[in-house]
Amino acid sequence: MTDNKLLEVEHLTMRFGGLVAIDDLSFNANKREITAIIGPNGAGKTTVFNCLTGFYVPTEGRLTLHADDGPRLLERTEGFRIPRNKGVARTFQNIRLFTGMTVLENLIVAQHNRLMEASAFSLAGLFNLGKYAKAEKEAVEKAEFWLEKVGLYAQADWNAGNLPYGSQRRLEIARAMCTDPSLLCLDEPAAGLNPRESAELNVLLQSIRDDQGVGCLLIEHDMSVVMQISDHVIVLDYGKKIADGNPEAVKNDPAVIRAYLGEEEDDELPPEVAADLHLDPKAQ
Amino acid sequence: MSAAFASSRTNGSEVVKELAFFAVIALLMSVMLLGVETVDRPTGLELAVRWDLVLIAIGATVIGRLGLIFRRENISRLGQAVLITLSAVAVFEMFVRFRELDDRWVSPVVLDMAFGSVVSTIVGIAFVAIIFATAYFTMKDKTAADVDESAKLSSKIQLAYRSNTKKIGLIGIIFFIIFPFIFGEDRSAIDLATLVMIYIMLGWGLNIVVGLAGLLDLGYVAFYAVGAYSYALLSQNFDLSFWLCLPLAGIFAASFGIILGFPVLRLRGDYLAIVTLGFGEIIRVVLINWYDLTGGPDGISSIERPSFFGMADFSRRVPDGAIGFNELFGMEYSSMHRLIFLYYLILVLALVTNFVTLRLRKLPIGRAWEALREDEIACRSLGINPTNTKLSAFAIGAMFGGFAGAFFATRQGFISPESFTFLESAVILAIVVLGGMGSQIGVVLAAIVMIGFPEMFRELAEYRMLIFGAGIVAIMLWRPRGLLSFRDPTILLNMSQKEKVAGEVK
Ligand SMILES: Nc1ncnc2c1ncn2[C@@H]1O[C@H](COP(=O)(O)OP(=O)(O)O)[C@@H](O)[C@H]1O
Ligand SMILES: [Mg+2]
Repeated sequence: MTDNKLLEVEHLTMRFGGLVAIDDLSFNANKREITAIIGPNGAGKTTVFNCLTGFYVPTEGRLTLHADDGPRLLERTEGFRIPRNKGVARTFQNIRLFTGMTVLENLIVAQHNRLMEASAFSLAGLFNLGKYAKAEKEAVEKAEFWLEKVGLYAQADWNAGNLPYGSQRRLEIARAMCTDPSLLCLDEPAAGLNPRESAELNVLLQSIRDDQGVGCLLIEHDMSVVMQISDHVIVLDYGKKIADGNPEAVKNDPAVIRAYLGEEEDDELPPEVAADLHLDPKAQ
Repeated sequence: MSAAFASSRTNGSEVVKELAFFAVIALLMSVMLLGVETVDRPTGLELAVRWDLVLIAIGATVIGRLGLIFRRENISRLGQAVLITLSAVAVFEMFVRFRELDDRWVSPVVLDMAFGSVVSTIVGIAFVAIIFATAYFTMKDKTAADVDESAKLSSKIQLAYRSNTKKIGLIGIIFFIIFPFIFGEDRSAIDLATLVMIYIMLGWGLNIVVGLAGLLDLGYVAFYAVGAYSYALLSQNFDLSFWLCLPLAGIFAASFGIILGFPVLRLRGDYLAIVTLGFGEIIRVVLINWYDLTGGPDGISSIERPSFFGMADFSRRVPDGAIGFNELFGMEYSSMHRLIFLYYLILVLALVTNFVTLRLRKLPIGRAWEALREDEIACRSLGINPTNTKLSAFAIGAMFGGFAGAFFATRQGFISPESFTFLESAVILAIVVLGGMGSQIGVVLAAIVMIGFPEMFRELAEYRMLIFGAGIVAIMLWRPRGLLSFRDPTILLNMSQKEKVAGEVK
């Protein structure tokens, strides 16, 4: 069991001034598993992601990624290095695409580091030497693979900002996958999706887990998604872990029912997502 | 009048109120700016009052506002156009009086041939006619069909432009190459073309920083200055030739870009703009005050002119041991040879800038620049190093500024800090913004409009700046994102050009 560990979070604490957003949180995520993090709004879920991906430096604690080449301490790695060499990739709660660039370009930019090396930091690329041309071709192939996978092949040359909302979510996942991560962090990927899109998302995430062998960390409000596809659920409330186990066990945990499932009736969208939904993506 | 307003939302007394309100605003704004003037008398500085200007300002505002009310209430299209035109003429009159060009009551350009020049009369009449016509034809009620039609037209133009960018570029290049053959004898034409070409090159260089990487740089002229002084100093102190100094000037400017960029590129948007503005000024102040090295405000003179690739010389009196360009090719001596050579030199430098930029755009570094402009946080989450990426844009932009600077120094033969003021940075930035951020052909158009036109119409004296200003306002109104503001994708997968545009327009 131990050598199946992908991510180890130990005693993670994050304070913003007097506010304790995450309080001594420890959990593990395994390889080839989908680990869901759930909890009410403001529980600190996104903050966990921001710590994992280097946007915040944790106040305390240790975050270890057990990648193929050995353990890496994420809290000591500069943010932009974390995604490199089979690292951690993520999506954002309010989608962050390169909206003025095309769908294909979004996926090529995600493969920046490998292409940069192949172009000898642009010197060889300037004269279109063979090695770079080959690397770019491979990058396009990889992008095509993911475009097929998320069903956006026909829109490859559209501006990403002109895609409908659901497609933008899927594109963001494809873009994260193009960095070749060993851990994929998804921040509320089903928010704002209709039931059909949500079902498609389940299939996609399962395929990322089973076919690509990538571990997923999933923040989700939609309990149907969580219960259906996650292998392991962690429940946060006010920055503390209140439950940790398989979906069945968590579902029946009284503390969870009190903190989270009890509030299920008012499953309001987070304000950012609601705002995004009202924006007509085509109008941009 | 009240009858005219009866059917609409606004009634007569409200209109009067509105006009009075705007008259008061106009009074408040103009009384200090236009109404008083300091005059240098033998007894000392005195305040003079210029009520005529204040009156005209108020008149122009009220008439213009009335025109807008007509428009809002959909009253008489002819009336709208007349009022707007009257207001424009009044503004014009105000300008003429402000510059003390004439003090008769009707704009001299319109009716009176103040300068006795046919050109100014024609320009004046054309000016009024254009305003009237635009007012008349753009102010008609827009039905949904009209809007649809104009959208269709604009997408048709877009399509035509997009699918022919290469051809348009090629025609442009050919035009600039044969330019000296057409105007070969016309000294001022070649000089102007060279000047425009310098700004095209600077615009293309700055376009990397502002248009592609999205870093607002208000101090680009600093790199231009570094390039110019690098060449001037290297050539005077170490007797290096232009051809050796050219790459060195680029390297120096790029190093300055990196030195500046390192601390400031953490800043974003406005903050970055302010710091770069400061840096541009610092360089200029250093140039003024470091007298021993730079000659301070006196500048550096008799900078060496470029040779024909070290093979031949362009001067009338060829130094010992060298051969003249005319001898080399067995031609009569002509002072135009050097000018034409300089023209081709800057043309080549500019084209190199253009091709390197176009190529870089399609490389990972260029895509990362654009991605960074779109969303820096997403870039970090994809493993792109924002600092290095920004630095590279800054350094490469600076390098081309440096090349242009070295060219400027060798062309002028004299440089001083005067040539590198903030105004230059502003003009170059305006070229990039007006051209349409990131658009290479847009930069060419904007440079011609910004640099070429004011020079060409020099004889119109003060009026050209007014027309120029009006032109810029018009561009910003009609094409707020610049003349050519479409972005060409750097890579396409499976669609024909046509479908792609359809996907984007809708
Ligand atoms: N950069 C920040 N500065 C201050 N407070 C923050 C910051 N980021 C998050 N927080 C606070 O941390 C708490 C957890 O937020 P978050 O992780 O976004 O919750 P959620 O579980 O809904 O994703 C909230 O109270 C939020 O206000
Ligand atoms: Mg959140």
